Amino acid sequence: MTNSWTDIKNTDLVVIMGGNAAEAHPCGFKWVTEAKANRGAKLIVVDPRFTRSASVADYYAPIRQGTDIAFLLGVINYCMANDKVQWDYVKAFTNAPYIVKEGFTYKDGLFTGYDEARRDYNRSTWDYELGDDGYVKSDLNHPRSVWSLLKQHVSVYTPEMVERICGTPKDKFLKVAQMISECSTPTKTMTSMYALGWTQHSKGSQNIRAMAMLQLILGNIGVRGGGMNALRGHSNIQGLTDLGLMSNLIPGYLTIPTEKETTFDQYMSTRGFKPLLPNQMSYWQNYKKFFVSFLKSIWGDAATAENGFAYDYLPKLDVPSYDVLRIFELMHEGKVNGYFCQGFNPLLSFPNRKKLTAALSKLKFLVIMDPLQTETARFWQNHGEYNDVNSASIQTEVIELPSTCFAEDEGSLTNSGRWLQWHWAGGTPPGEAKHDTWIMAQIFLRLKALYEKEGGAFAEPLVKLDWRYKDPGEPTPEELAKEMNGSAIADVPDPNDPTKLVLQKGKQLVSFAALRDDGTTACGCWIYSGCFNEAGNNMARRSTADPDGTGAYLNWSWSWPVNRRILYNRASADINGKPWDDSRKLLWWDGAKWTGYDVPDIAPTAKPGEVGPFIMNPEGSARLFTRGMMRDGPFPAHYEPFEAPIANVLAPKVRGNPVARVFKGDMEQFGDAKEFPYAATSYRLTEHFHFWTKHSQLNASMQPEFFVEISEQLAKEKNITNGGWVRVWSKRGSVKAKAVVTKRIQPLICDGKAVHVVGIPLHWGFMGETKKGFGPNSLTPYVGDANIETPEYKAFLVDIEPIASGPVA
Amino acid sequence: MANFEFVLPPAPTKDIKVGLGDGDLVKRSASTVSPPAKALTPVAKLIDVSKCIGCKACEVACLEWNDKRTPVGVNVGSYDFPPDLTPDMFTVMKFTEWVNPETKNLEWLIRKDGCMHCEDPGCLKACPAPGAIVQYSNGIVDFDHDKCIGCGYCVKGCPFNIPRISEVDHKAYKCTLCSDRVAVGQGPACAHACPTHAIVFGTKDEMKKHADDRIKDLKSRGFANAGLYDPPGVGGTHVMYVLHHADQPQIYANLPKDPRISPIVELWKGMTKYAGLAAMGAFAVIGLVHHVVTGANRVSPEDEANAEKLTGDRR
Repeated sequence: MTNSWTDIKNTDLVVIMGGNAAEAHPCGFKWVTEAKANRGAKLIVVDPRFTRSASVADYYAPIRQGTDIAFLLGVINYCMANDKVQWDYVKAFTNAPYIVKEGFTYKDGLFTGYDEARRDYNRSTWDYELGDDGYVKSDLNHPRSVWSLLKQHVSVYTPEMVERICGTPKDKFLKVAQMISECSTPTKTMTSMYALGWTQHSKGSQNIRAMAMLQLILGNIGVRGGGMNALRGHSNIQGLTDLGLMSNLIPGYLTIPTEKETTFDQYMSTRGFKPLLPNQMSYWQNYKKFFVSFLKSIWGDAATAENGFAYDYLPKLDVPSYDVLRIFELMHEGKVNGYFCQGFNPLLSFPNRKKLTAALSKLKFLVIMDPLQTETARFWQNHGEYNDVNSASIQTEVIELPSTCFAEDEGSLTNSGRWLQWHWAGGTPPGEAKHDTWIMAQIFLRLKALYEKEGGAFAEPLVKLDWRYKDPGEPTPEELAKEMNGSAIADVPDPNDPTKLVLQKGKQLVSFAALRDDGTTACGCWIYSGCFNEAGNNMARRSTADPDGTGAYLNWSWSWPVNRRILYNRASADINGKPWDDSRKLLWWDGAKWTGYDVPDIAPTAKPGEVGPFIMNPEGSARLFTRGMMRDGPFPAHYEPFEAPIANVLAPKVRGNPVARVFKGDMEQFGDAKEFPYAATSYRLTEHFHFWTKHSQLNASMQPEFFVEISEQLAKEKNITNGGWVRVWSKRGSVKAKAVVTKRIQPLICDGKAVHVVGIPLHWGFMGETKKGFGPNSLTPYVGDANIETPEYKAFLVDIEPIASGPVA
Repeated sequence: MANFEFVLPPAPTKDIKVGLGDGDLVKRSASTVSPPAKALTPVAKLIDVSKCIGCKACEVACLEWNDKRTPVGVNVGSYDFPPDLTPDMFTVMKFTEWVNPETKNLEWLIRKDGCMHCEDPGCLKACPAPGAIVQYSNGIVDFDHDKCIGCGYCVKGCPFNIPRISEVDHKAYKCTLCSDRVAVGQGPACAHACPTHAIVFGTKDEMKKHADDRIKDLKSRGFANAGLYDPPGVGGTHVMYVLHHADQPQIYANLPKDPRISPIVELWKGMTKYAGLAAMGAFAVIGLVHHVVTGANRVSPEDEANAEKLTGDRR
């Protein structure tokens, strides 16, 4: 989230699209009810299904899954055509006026530089035109300004085109566009609440970008009640992401080197982040401080200036990433011996279950660390139709290490709003269950002992790990949190007064502003620096004080970065530093410095008009045109899902996202609309949490059995009775389920053709208290988002038929 | 924060004894009570259907607080689990897909069903067992299971079809409005669990005032007939609803438009009840004679097995 859960109460319009907050985030949804009840805020829901969120919405519009970009670019087109633009914001704070390099084009669904063989672009033209001074050229009215190019790019997304692609009736689309466009005034804000409904597509990142661009055009980023608010699906998935969940990242969104970056200096040479306009902060210029402090935190004394701070010890990537899809692809090819599966149930969580089972069967060993019995741990066990495997043919050794659940350990959970909230153990672990930290430490100590005794190829990165914990066998949550925060590893004298110290050896750093690139500081995760400093454990703070009721709650827990609650908050004031909306002030320039209700997201004395609010970008502005940062285009463009009920009407030859990675053999496993006529989607239900709560009798009794949802029209067409059994199958698998026939799903007319939606909730498997069932991943295609490889779970094709009885267990 | 200040009923102090005791009764089935020396402030639970997202946190909170469980059933083509109230399930969400004939738009109406705690409780009126159903001066209608004879008259007497007779112990069960929690100054478990404040609890006056604000908000959003459900036919209720379409309560899974106690129950209450009680007494005598003559009923192994089945495998 750019903002926080509590800030949602400040909004005028909530748009839930690509998510289902009431259903999947019922506790956070209370802030929507607050905004509605106390500000008269309106709620719009755009979804293929009439969801629980829709049940309390002021306006609902249907949309075909996988067409959000067409819808959102349609809204942008509407706003541009009807002059519903917050001009002062757009001109001052976005890259709208910057001139783009000559040669950049978009034609037939493709941007300049497409290479079909590599399924990739040469992105060299996707950039600004720089002047001789090295700064970007700027002219809003230039035919190649970002604004002019965007206007041209979205012009095809007329209300008629939106209806044709999305199946959203024109009048409903126009009503939504009109309600959204009202938020272009400086005194009205809209918040975007989204989740996996946007990410789980082969163009998931671009779905989100499209809305972010719309929010910029409306001037809704950095303000109270605005923002791009990703609703994270696990209590600590934000924390996991921050700490380097992605295989190409290390903590704090720093990148793992590629194998071409063989030296520290070479790695740093492309990470200079020279400002593209005068006076800009371009905060990533501090990259070296973050990176060196990270290396010092990992390898301690073994990381020296002479050895590039142990740069050689870092793994180097030979491919863009080792994401889960790639790992299972390699496993499927027989190239993986062992797999550690920590708090993860891939047999139900990743696509094309048949392929996953085959892949797991080729492992020599599989280690499961989980508080619950997962299907993955039992992938080898025959459960009739629910897991129809030949156990005798599977030689994988499965080792289960029972771990603890969140209520049995202490530590911090980072919520969607970036708040690090410390929590304390509510119970003791049952049986032989151990904390994950204990398990990891024990594995490490044993491996280290083996390496020290027997030696081995490139043992240094492991044996030289800095492991200074009171009990090396189990680092405490406090020790680990302090390490994330960072500390001084040497006295650093004040250059102006050598009798004073800037940093005192052994002391916790106050924040990342204290980090240095000479090896005198260590910091495990720079964005977390400040969470546990000399003031104590700031994550454990629990003050409900909130001056003037802004919803900031600055003394409740701690928010990254530096306890800032709303990112880009300098943009809540105009170019001169005066708040756009006096009734919703956040930050303002008092003549000498920035002040207000939040921690300023700019140098406190950076003069308004000189320094742009988007300090992480070298140009200081937000990007409507994202340069070469994304693989599939500097603007979002409509692409159909890989399995779509209609062809891409804008570019009929393009299937799916043209640069999404598809492994050999998977393309052949995509179905087409002739064979699989129905558009399926997957989702969560409020009664359950993923695959955990099916182990709880209470939750199981609230939603006991796997089902699929279809419209009354499709039920009639296929002779399916409500509550009866159906079989649903795709090119990759087949499931049996109860049918829920509902008015909440309606056929959509897309490109003149009726499209029936089949809704397939997850949550069921063959372990636990619920009735045995299947997950949608028995059916889903093995392809991910072009930028981050999140699988395309939200849009695929199936067929359906009634059957006489359920599966045989 | 909310414009609604969450207010609990008067907390127990030195002056007000802890717990709802016999001295707080205003009504007692098949018997009389002397009016309490000091009446408690009437309380109410307000269920704002327009804020409810159907998450069932209330159902789970109810099961947990009352230490009940409901079996893992099967899907019968809806989101209603379990599909109806049971002796273990004092509240269930009723989901209705309703197409508004005026707007042609679908509305998914989600109503939390359970005891309404009528000011004039039909169950209590119908109950022939002295003291098995009582009403406290704060309005809560409660069942005393030690005194319940399982006759099921309360089911017939209830205009909302709420009480359920357990096949295990042959007693009647329903929502207690968490009388045990209220007695120590806490609100009902369901209200405590509700993430959107769709369920709130306080004095009846406060709840009506809060409802007024909610109705104003709903009217401003085009629900011209938004209103409070506090049906006068049963003297008002201590569980009330805010409805978007208060003119048509029946669209909310058959919420009665004008609930009244069945005339037969009223008649029973009037005079027949005592004649009926006399008749029941006669049956009791016959039973005693039967016992003396033929001996006690024996529990057969089949009976035991059936009882085991009924109690489920959890007990």
